[in-house]
Amino acid sequence: MSGYLLRLSLSVVLTAWVVSTLVFFLLHLVPGDPVAVMLGDWASATDEEALRRQLGLDQPIWHQYLTFLGGLLQADLGQSLFYQMPVSELIAERFPYTVQLALMAMLIAVLIAFPLGIWAALRAGRWPDYVSMTVSMLGVSIPNFWLGPMLILVFALWLAWFPVSGAEQGLSWVLPAVTLGTALAAILARMLRASMLEVLHEDFIRTARAKGLNGFQVYGRHALANALLPVVTLLGLQLGTLLGGAVITEVVFDWPGLGQLLVESIQRRDYPVVQACILIISVAYISINGLTEVVYGWLDPRIRVGR
Amino acid sequence: MRWRWVYLSYAIILAWLLMAVGAPFLGEAAIQVRLDRFFYGADWQSWLGYDQLGRPLWDRVIQGAQTSFWVAIWVVGFSALIGTSLGVWSAYLGGWVDRVFLKIVDVFLAFPGLLLAIALAAVLGPGIENVVLALVVVGWVGFARLARAQTLSLRRRDHVMAARAMGVSDRRIVFRHLIPLMLAPLGVEATFGIAGAVLSEAGLSFLGLGVQAPDASWGSMIREGTRYLLVAPHLVLAPGLILMSVVLAVNLLGDHWRDRLDVRHSETKDKAF
Repeated sequence: MSGYLLRLSLSVVLTAWVVSTLVFFLLHLVPGDPVAVMLGDWASATDEEALRRQLGLDQPIWHQYLTFLGGLLQADLGQSLFYQMPVSELIAERFPYTVQLALMAMLIAVLIAFPLGIWAALRAGRWPDYVSMTVSMLGVSIPNFWLGPMLILVFALWLAWFPVSGAEQGLSWVLPAVTLGTALAAILARMLRASMLEVLHEDFIRTARAKGLNGFQVYGRHALANALLPVVTLLGLQLGTLLGGAVITEVVFDWPGLGQLLVESIQRRDYPVVQACILIISVAYISINGLTEVVYGWLDPRIRVGR
Repeated sequence: MRWRWVYLSYAIILAWLLMAVGAPFLGEAAIQVRLDRFFYGADWQSWLGYDQLGRPLWDRVIQGAQTSFWVAIWVVGFSALIGTSLGVWSAYLGGWVDRVFLKIVDVFLAFPGLLLAIALAAVLGPGIENVVLALVVVGWVGFARLARAQTLSLRRRDHVMAARAMGVSDRRIVFRHLIPLMLAPLGVEATFGIAGAVLSEAGLSFLGLGVQAPDASWGSMIREGTRYLLVAPHLVLAPGLILMSVVLAVNLLGDHWRDRLDVRHSETKDKAF
């Protein structure tokens, strides 16, 4: 197991390195002068020269790359051009908000998907099945940038149950988390239904029933416990996607997370921040995917033995 | 029971196509600012009313259909072409080429797709061509993986072995004996790909990285409309509902074809936004 963990962490580090290299060259080799773009058309040549020196852009590209990598190893992500403060501090300030949002979205998704998916599986082919699968089809087709404004309109403007935007008030997280969690709930419900249906046909379910166990024990302890495995994997993989997908939701709700920082920094041409945001979200995504594999092996002894 | 849904899907997709193709005939109405009629209600010229600059909403929705349609066609077309060629050849050649290729695919999959598209669109600058480019860079991987898996399972089939024994050229084997057999799963993947591309284009336009003013995209219409949510909710409602119907129709069609053709490997396109 520890050998496996070592290999996994090595592969995570390796992928993180490839991703950071890609991000670096993406931002540095694209035609166009970032300095000119950042300063606009009215900047003088001296100003441009000064900014170029400040950013280290006057150095040859391999030198810039090594400086960038060296900085990464010391958790130094450079200096924000707009905020005039270290990017790592900015990230440390914003990242918790994104994590909070993603976790809350996941919680909401689970709360919606479990009853929906299980209900559909137990009544497969009848109207509860059609209702819940139609709801879930709708769920994957509603874009967050539409669902968000609609929720704001109904629950914040008309009913005034929740704040419109921001993260200052106690219930601020509810609408963004629902927005972000809806798609996941839909995917999860479909997955759970399919997985439950498969398990329900197994011999041990018939045995459990023949033993005279009640419905709760049959469906809860025997069917659901076994149907959960693929769902857990999906949850892990989707947590990474949620971190990335939070970008739009954060913009809609003015939620002060990494995604909003990313979009604002793109508009301000604050490239060190853009680079760092993409890097952090990607690395989080990769690590979570790696961790999911570990948890999966830990949950399912059949897989653990196989290694 | 299911067939009715499918006909509804076809009808919606047909309407989308007609709107996209017909858009150029509507002329400049969609971008004509008329401040004397801002937020006006529906009339016989624009039965969805007018937006904050007095532009007819109906014309803008049609222009949005045009944008989303062509972006989806180009994105899926290029992605399918590039992804399929690379995937088939990689699996067909095998050996170290295939191993290196698999590594590259893994790196692309390690990125959250939406983030890569945002990064690319940000670096390339806003504009519809760059949206297409960014979405192709993200989109080809799915086709490559599928084509590779299909080729691996097909290339040991008897008819391919027979063709090879007869001395048929690799090129001919790939085009005549491999690709025709994987058209069904590729078609299903492409259908879901269209839904994904429509959502992604709207999402990027919503972030201000796609279509630039004064041209309309459903995404940019929703973005502009959110500012007037309380006074004019229809500015967000109309493009959103239409966008959703198109995505839903395409996804249902994909589901339908997957079941009909018994393709197991595709999943309903996970919306990135």
